[in-house]
Amino acid sequence: MPRIGVFVCQCGNNIAATVDTKKVAEEMKKLPGVVYTCDYKFMCSSPGQDMLRQAIKENKLDGLIVSACSPHMHEKTFRKAAEAAGLNPYQCEITNIREQCSWVHHDTTKAVGTVKSIDLTRMTIERLKKNRPLKKIKIPVKKRALVIGGGIAGIQAALDIADGGREVILVEKEPSIGGNMARLSETFPTMDCSQCILTPKMVEAELNENITLLTYSEVEKVDGYIGNFTVQIKRKSKFVDEERCTGCGECIEKCPFKTESAFELGLAKRKVIYTPFPQSVPNVPVIDAPNCPKIQKDKCGACAIVCGPKCIDFKMEDKIVTEEVGAIVVATGYQLMPNERFGEYGYGRIKDVISGMQFERLASSSGPTGGEIRRPSDGKVPQNVVFIQCVGSRDEKKGVSYCSKVCCMYTAKHTMLYKHKVHDGQSYVFYMDIRSGGKRYEEFVRKAIEHDDAMYLRGRVSRVYEKDGKVIVQGADTLSGSQVEIEADMVVLATAIVSREGADTLAQKLGIGYDKYKFYNEYHPKLRPVETVTAGIFLAGTCMGPMDIPESVAQGSAAASKVLALFSADEMAREPITAGVNKTTCNACWDCVTACPYSAIERESVKDRQGNIVKWLARVNEGVCQGCGVCVAACRSKSVDLRGYTDEQVFAAINSF
Amino acid sequence: MKIKLLKEEIESASIHHLQRISGEDLKKCYQCGNCSGGCPVSYEMEIAPSQVMRFLQLGKIEEVMKANSMWVCVGCLQCYSRCPKGCSVAAVLEGLRQTVLRKGEDFEKISKIPMQFLKNAPQQAIVCGFRKFVS
Repeated sequence: MPRIGVFVCQCGNNIAATVDTKKVAEEMKKLPGVVYTCDYKFMCSSPGQDMLRQAIKENKLDGLIVSACSPHMHEKTFRKAAEAAGLNPYQCEITNIREQCSWVHHDTTKAVGTVKSIDLTRMTIERLKKNRPLKKIKIPVKKRALVIGGGIAGIQAALDIADGGREVILVEKEPSIGGNMARLSETFPTMDCSQCILTPKMVEAELNENITLLTYSEVEKVDGYIGNFTVQIKRKSKFVDEERCTGCGECIEKCPFKTESAFELGLAKRKVIYTPFPQSVPNVPVIDAPNCPKIQKDKCGACAIVCGPKCIDFKMEDKIVTEEVGAIVVATGYQLMPNERFGEYGYGRIKDVISGMQFERLASSSGPTGGEIRRPSDGKVPQNVVFIQCVGSRDEKKGVSYCSKVCCMYTAKHTMLYKHKVHDGQSYVFYMDIRSGGKRYEEFVRKAIEHDDAMYLRGRVSRVYEKDGKVIVQGADTLSGSQVEIEADMVVLATAIVSREGADTLAQKLGIGYDKYKFYNEYHPKLRPVETVTAGIFLAGTCMGPMDIPESVAQGSAAASKVLALFSADEMAREPITAGVNKTTCNACWDCVTACPYSAIERESVKDRQGNIVKWLARVNEGVCQGCGVCVAACRSKSVDLRGYTDEQVFAAINSF
Repeated sequence: MKIKLLKEEIESASIHHLQRISGEDLKKCYQCGNCSGGCPVSYEMEIAPSQVMRFLQLGKIEEVMKANSMWVCVGCLQCYSRCPKGCSVAAVLEGLRQTVLRKGEDFEKISKIPMQFLKNAPQQAIVCGFRKFVS
């Protein structure tokens, strides 16, 4: 006969208001196998847990029920308490009489709630009687990490993991790490030069012994599970031998062909063999194959002739490398919404209407104008510049409903940069609200207005057109209640931040969730902000939504600390609530394999002594299984069972109802 | 109303002059509306105190000159005591009044005030009124 204890929690008045907990406890005592019952105000409190431990020891309990809140809340608490008293923790079960009973019944006479609580608790008791003690699953962990994306968030994550003494593979799609931050001129609110604070980190990432940089590479395929991922990475052909290249730049010098520079966003041209920007890391040029006459038509080849160490190979091909890692940090960043979507602003039609990112390049000392603000059409210094905020952001109809978060701040920064470079110029900013939440952010915006003479106008722009070499901007200033017209020389659009193209495909490869804007979902927006639903995969930076540099860096570090915590033990313990296959009855129909959302079921062959395959069987990989139970429902021969929730247990519970 | 924004107006001599004689920096105002909310006579003004500040920020001093706001202001300094940025609209309005009065353009002609009114009004009010409306 089992010796079961039942502990009924009052949860202050949360349960006691509609459930007579004393009566529940008394009724339970009448059941066979129940040797101890009690009710208490807060079972989860320290005295409550003490009571539980003492009762286990005094009454020699071999199983216990806590009738309280949802198991999501305190299952771990009570299982730990049971374990401390010498019991197998999985011999402790929770009955939910709060969320599923007291909170949904309003009968203060307690009649309904009490009867229901008695039923629910009795069912759990019957289920508990069929419990088998379970042991935590131990999984070996490979202590190497993969970071996808070499922007500031990815670099920070890689550096922190490397500083923790673990190996990191940093994969970057572009020929250089640095991401969007490398494009920025100066950063708010301190106005330090972006390159000056970013490049030391880039160089550190290159020189760190624990970091392997795989630039010009993309993740092709991800298999496995936490602690044991197998990742296939496509290394796009650079046509330059990275090992031997000295980065002298002779090839770039001699290359006679030019094409539009993606890094400069159409404001400048670059050579066909190129590095995106002067401080590129690694400082190894790549050949832009579709634009290279040598590769396309076998003409030219100047770069190979001048190359001293002879490291240019026009026959180089893409290759796939396979890496085994224990954890993955996804930091793939953002891109900007196409401005052409908003015809009223004339982007693409009017040359002097540019995006905020293009303005960053104009203001950057390493940019196409060497840091002078010159408009694209005729190279003149603009005397009147209009900045338009919320282009695509907070626009449910044509854009996105969310706020892009950084535009208010960078527009204020732009007006300052402009004033610092063109002293007699006038800047105008059309805004809907100024969102400057952050340390020293509001002061920064006020400084732009009060000190650097930015004229802020509350309202949107509805039309931008050209007239006599001027760009006429027509909008509103709702503060004075007037329609406003400005003859501008240049217009800068603060374009919405959107997720990267292909963000969804990568999420599918990784098995992580994303929202309708294809930003990746965190496990919990407040309490688990850098984890995903897939164990072992972490997030950092703007791949989750718009954020600024300090936030991205903080998340990079946060993700790294999660990775290091995972790597701190040789083995990782997981909950043993997983599926198991009965080998004698499984007939290998593979319905479970198709049904499993986590790809946790493998096909296993059974061989005879000669090594011939005699039978196939389904086998559950406990490292991947999340215990959802889909396979149990799918199995036609009833060969799969879920530990802790076996058919036998579920039937016992239902029968006692 | 449709207005054309011009740098020459925003930075005009009259705006600079107004800032100098009132001692207020017009750019400091962030249009929270507290002054208009607390002003005991704003309901009588053609342009409310906060909007006076706005038009001046935009360089539209003429709009403000046309309105009765500066003459309605009683100088109670409620706007100043409530302003989170420490601006005094009253000082700005006084500045505007001065730009008119110093040209010798009186708002009130003393000779046109009825004798009966002068006899009944408290002396202090009359003195204050002269100071405010007459050059």
